[in-house]
Amino acid sequence: MSDVILSAEGLVKAFSVKRLGAGGRESFLAVDTVGFTLHRGGALAIVGESGSGKSTCARMIVGLERATAGTLVVEGRDWNMTRRLSTAERRRRGGVVQMVFQDPYQSLDPRQRAGDCIDEALRLHTALSPVARRARVAELFGQVRLDPGIGQAYPKTLSGGQRQRVAIARALAAEPRILILDEAVSALDVSIQRDVLAVLSGIRADTGVSFLFISHDLPVVRSLCDDVVVLRNGTVVEAGRVQAVLDDPQNDYTRRLIDSVPRRGWKPRRRAA
Amino acid sequence: MSEHLLDVSGLTLDLKVGRDYKPIILGTSWWVDRGEALALVGESGSGKSLSARSVIRLLPPTARLGGDVVFDGVSMLSVPPAQLRAIRASRIAMIFQDPRAYINPIHTVADFLCEGLVRTRGVSRSDARRLAVDRLHDVGIRDADRRLQQLPHELSGGLLQRVMIAAALMAEPTLLLADEPTTALDVTTQEEVMAILDDLRTERGLAMVFITHDLDLATAVCDRLVVMQAGRVVETLGAAEIYTAARDAYTRSLVEARAGFDLPDTNREGVR
Repeated sequence: MSDVILSAEGLVKAFSVKRLGAGGRESFLAVDTVGFTLHRGGALAIVGESGSGKSTCARMIVGLERATAGTLVVEGRDWNMTRRLSTAERRRRGGVVQMVFQDPYQSLDPRQRAGDCIDEALRLHTALSPVARRARVAELFGQVRLDPGIGQAYPKTLSGGQRQRVAIARALAAEPRILILDEAVSALDVSIQRDVLAVLSGIRADTGVSFLFISHDLPVVRSLCDDVVVLRNGTVVEAGRVQAVLDDPQNDYTRRLIDSVPRRGWKPRRRAA
Repeated sequence: MSEHLLDVSGLTLDLKVGRDYKPIILGTSWWVDRGEALALVGESGSGKSLSARSVIRLLPPTARLGGDVVFDGVSMLSVPPAQLRAIRASRIAMIFQDPRAYINPIHTVADFLCEGLVRTRGVSRSDARRLAVDRLHDVGIRDADRRLQQLPHELSGGLLQRVMIAAALMAEPTLLLADEPTTALDVTTQEEVMAILDDLRTERGLAMVFITHDLDLATAVCDRLVVMQAGRVVETLGAAEIYTAARDAYTRSLVEARAGFDLPDTNREGVR
């Protein structure tokens, strides 16, 4: 079997929030002792509903949030998550882990042409010459199945699906070993979603990059991922192979999550509120 | 002439973009009977939301409507403003995807629920409040008295969406226009809200136009589906036919877009 590329253990993120009713502040555990393992070339899904802590896990891994506690080992190296990182360390990690966000309308710079945005990532993360970068931009556009002419376009003229492909190409420019996809296809129409998922599967097969796929969408998880961790209120309620967990859930909440997904023959049912 | 509760025929909508008018809806026809649930399904930009908004003329002032929309014998496109307001106040209610964008954040839930009845029907505040408690119970909110005193920001998205449904039901409308009411909600909350809408519909004989991009959801809660693409109706069919009898290539592509993602038929009896 494949070896481990990323393992997280005992992840904790506490936010300080206003105490309800009484004054003062209290600590709220958005992520409470969470652990998971991503295999090299694998695809691990972290699923859960709003407030489950799934995005916070992703943000801690890339350093967008500082963890309160926990250890993270990436490619055999210990990545401190609780300290403030230097720019150099941040960039080094950026060469290993890249992230694609949910809303392609917010994650691209409106004043930057699509091609320039990828070129910038290449300048930061590679030592390629300008000529080589141009060739690499074209190659990345091909990988996400975008017409090279789109390189000249500004984000506002692009559709949501096109923007998301640009965001994926930008992430791949750093040649990361791990791609974190935070609800990366959730805002897309189903037909576009299907195309972007096909692009992602192709990239994983071609480059061997590993996916950490943050999602609330179980059918999409089933189509793309090998393993799954189910989070609820900041803790892991179930984990395993996607097929095993979705076909034969052991946890009541996982079962409820699966049962709530509309599908052929499905009828909504009321439960105690 | 028409026996349908709502009859939309040859509807066109042009919206002003800069100096020009852009055609958005290109001559669509569909209808809803009393007590029936109709889904308008389609992807972004198909014109499904604006079709529903056209019914109650909830559009920018420069919008140009053509064709006809007849609701219970009244032509909605030519009805005078006062009558239009009266229909909006008591006969046709609309709920939206994002309750936070439609509920005034500085008024309490009680104010939001009661305002319409007090102002348009002359119902007393205390009677309106009693009704509000009943409607909150209908949508599965038990501690209604406490909720009435709360402000929108104190409620979760799911609770606020229930409050919006309760508000839509306050005037006991005949037709509910529901524009992606569960898209912003978690799946478990979506199931809850859809079940509530389903129950209310059957109990009250309420007709519903349900706008969604989710074909599976539409099929589960509606009698018929109108599939829209780029301002046109590409196909109208019974909910039961969607998986087997869709003739239009676009409809089939929507069905197939999610195929292969299928979850197993879980044993629903196992969950309580």
